[in-house]
Amino acid sequence: MSPLTRRRLDAFRRNRRGWVSFWLFLAVFVATLGAELICNDRPILVRYDGAFYVPILRDYPETTFGGDFKTWTEYRDPYVSQKIAEKGWALWPMVRFAADTINYDRVRPHPAPPDGENWLGTDDQGRDVLARLVYGLRLSLLFGLALSLVSTVIGIAMGAVQGYFGGVVDMVGQRFLEIWGGLPQLLILIIVASMIAPGFWTLLGVLVLFSWTSLVGVVRAEFLRARNFDYVRAAKALGMGDLQVMARHVLPNAMVATLTFLPFILNGSIVSLTALDFLGLGLPPGSASLGELLSQGKSNLQAPWLGITGFVAVAAILSLLVFVGEAVRDAFDPRKTS
Amino acid sequence: MSPSLLRVENLAVRFGHGHEAVDAVKSVSFTLERGETLALVGESGSGKSVTALSILQLLPYPRAHHPSGSILLDGQELLSAPEPLLRSVRGHRVAMVFQEPMTSLNPLHSIADQVGEVLEIHQGLRGEAKRARVLELLHLVGIPKAENRLDALPHELSGGQRQRVMIAMALAGEPDILIADEPTTALDVTIQAQILKLLKDLQSRLGMALLFITHDLGIVRKMADRVCVMYKGQVVEEGRTATVFDHPTHDYTKRLLAAEPKGKPAAPAADAPRVMECRDLKVWFPIKGGIWRRTIDHVKAVDGISLSLRQGQTLGVVGESGSGKTTLGLALLRLTDSQGAILVDGQDIQGQSPGQLRPKRRHMQMVFQDPFGSLSPRLSVGQIVGEGLEVHKIGADAAERRALIAQALTEVGLDPDTQDRYPHEFSGGQRQRVAIARALVLKPKVIILDEPTSALDVSVQAQIVDLLRDIQTRHAIAYVFISHDLRVVRALADEVMVMKDGQVVEHGPAAAVFDAPAQDYTKALMAAALHMETVES
Repeated sequence: MSPLTRRRLDAFRRNRRGWVSFWLFLAVFVATLGAELICNDRPILVRYDGAFYVPILRDYPETTFGGDFKTWTEYRDPYVSQKIAEKGWALWPMVRFAADTINYDRVRPHPAPPDGENWLGTDDQGRDVLARLVYGLRLSLLFGLALSLVSTVIGIAMGAVQGYFGGVVDMVGQRFLEIWGGLPQLLILIIVASMIAPGFWTLLGVLVLFSWTSLVGVVRAEFLRARNFDYVRAAKALGMGDLQVMARHVLPNAMVATLTFLPFILNGSIVSLTALDFLGLGLPPGSASLGELLSQGKSNLQAPWLGITGFVAVAAILSLLVFVGEAVRDAFDPRKTS
Repeated sequence: MSPSLLRVENLAVRFGHGHEAVDAVKSVSFTLERGETLALVGESGSGKSVTALSILQLLPYPRAHHPSGSILLDGQELLSAPEPLLRSVRGHRVAMVFQEPMTSLNPLHSIADQVGEVLEIHQGLRGEAKRARVLELLHLVGIPKAENRLDALPHELSGGQRQRVMIAMALAGEPDILIADEPTTALDVTIQAQILKLLKDLQSRLGMALLFITHDLGIVRKMADRVCVMYKGQVVEEGRTATVFDHPTHDYTKRLLAAEPKGKPAAPAADAPRVMECRDLKVWFPIKGGIWRRTIDHVKAVDGISLSLRQGQTLGVVGESGSGKTTLGLALLRLTDSQGAILVDGQDIQGQSPGQLRPKRRHMQMVFQDPFGSLSPRLSVGQIVGEGLEVHKIGADAAERRALIAQALTEVGLDPDTQDRYPHEFSGGQRQRVAIARALVLKPKVIILDEPTSALDVSVQAQIVDLLRDIQTRHAIAYVFISHDLRVVRALADEVMVMKDGQVVEHGPAAAVFDAPAQDYTKALMAAALHMETVES
């Protein structure tokens, strides 16, 4: 690790708010990655009649636990729980609902307010809001990360080529970007959504079409600046090829700008998916997502726990990322760390 | 006896507080009398500019503060004086001219406005009276056709003219003391000589005291009545200029005076083979105009230059900024597009593909001016020097490469154990040694040195010149030495080429060009560079 990197890491660590936000965000992210272990409608581990069963990984027929039929076990069924309790025990996740589990046992009509069973209440189809939130967060974060990653890679490549070679290449690239940037994004998304069934990957593809442009300008500017640095000239004089010079001498300069932008791009990616879901143009109906939760909150104003949960979750995750982004930006600020 | 005009006593300047504090100036005392020129000399970081800025209290307070000292102007204390008093002193009694004329003027205001502003603040002049006085001042500092230049913006003026405007601004308040902080460092030698002459003239005409801050001993000898030599925040020697120059007492002064680049170039053998040659080399940059952006003219940066270089020979390329020296260097290495034949070892490399060129790059290397910009801050010294070895697949494995790198570092006088350290841990001179090692490790036949000593302090300059000469005699490398500093060129080059506007003005053996220049331009350049004198033409 070069001393410059170390100074920047130190500066990042010294920014308390950013540092804490970074770990909180990581904690949320890791926790939602293991959503099945937190919210699920089946136990993690069952001990029955001297043998271990792992329902979270495998399906077992009801007969395994002394039931009557060869259908897959419905663990939330009081009859089954009683059977298991007789000859062993079951280790349940914290929340006994999956994203698509419907709570048929509530007496109140859905959406039902929070209580001991559904900590954040249920939505209008009787599904547990907490479970949907955890699964929805995971989807949003993974989608956001994937979108940021792909658009960053494309953006850096395009910006690098334009900035490094300049001239006609740069001119053509810039004009293309201007035309591309003028396309009505949302309209195209609506048209695409009406033609193909949107899923995780198709949505990712469509959103990448428009989001890759965000980094091109910054990276291009850095490459334009750095290609006339003496150490870049010296590398060319040594006989290095263009690709090598770009990767080894110019890219590290551009990475500062890129890393600074990354948390904000991730923010933007999460918001775009949430917005599409909210409008009903996003993921297929039934999938848990932040946007879907917000849209339920909008259509069920009499059930404020839906809207409040959605709002707090989105606001918290975006704020954490903004704090991290600020800390990263300050850490890379040459006036503060070099 | 009346009190001195300016008396600085025991001045100390500290930046920051606690254990992070840096003492920029430790203890400086000097006096300045009416009509006198005092020079503060020292290398970069010796605290001379900080001393000057504290006279006007222009340091970034409160981060900077003075643990001790006093600055008396006509008996009045300036140190931590109230702001209104300071404002009446600044520009009115003590004025300052800065080093960089490109950034000292506001690019958005005409020069009449900027000079007039001072008149407005200190003398309350308005309207016609102000304009008349501005014109008078511009005449005084020798701006040609001043009537027509009143509304010019700074970018329409040359560097020398901008510095003249800066001086006019400083004179507008009719100051008793003019502080000139390296006023000619950013200028070409001929312009430098003109500005120095102007300052000297103005001083004798207006009877100002001049506090001249510089690192250039030649200027001191030419300009100053008395001199203070500064070293690490302290005045180590003070006295009349002639006395200090002829009988220095302090070790540092002796070292500084001895540091002028010396020695004679080693002449190459007469039958040494030609390693590099170029014929009628041209670098023309197109100027585009009109709706269709067609090429309407060219900037002829390098316009038909031919040269040939023998093994172990040094060709000095001299000229003022904008004369195309650096472009010529880049074109010779094919780092910029050019026309005309470039022969390396008798083979024309013009028009060869990057792949064909790569093996030949080993034989031609370059060292750049700025030792801070030419080394990537993210790579260790070993990685920087070893990069060429990797590209050209020299050295079988990592251990062998490490040994080669260590050898190159030893050769340039660096500790081979510094391989794993990063550039920012080194001083400017050491960094330039790393840059030389990077070129040297490939065992090239030609090295193009683009102002390799310009960014360095004089004492370090001399060391680098000695090092370069030493390397040349050991490895018989040919140098193309590009510089505007004729003293350094004289110490290294056995053949000299004088460039102006992309063309060769004079080309011949160094002795002939230096001692008996044939062209008027060369004569003016020599007089300005070596004796700081202007030649009337």
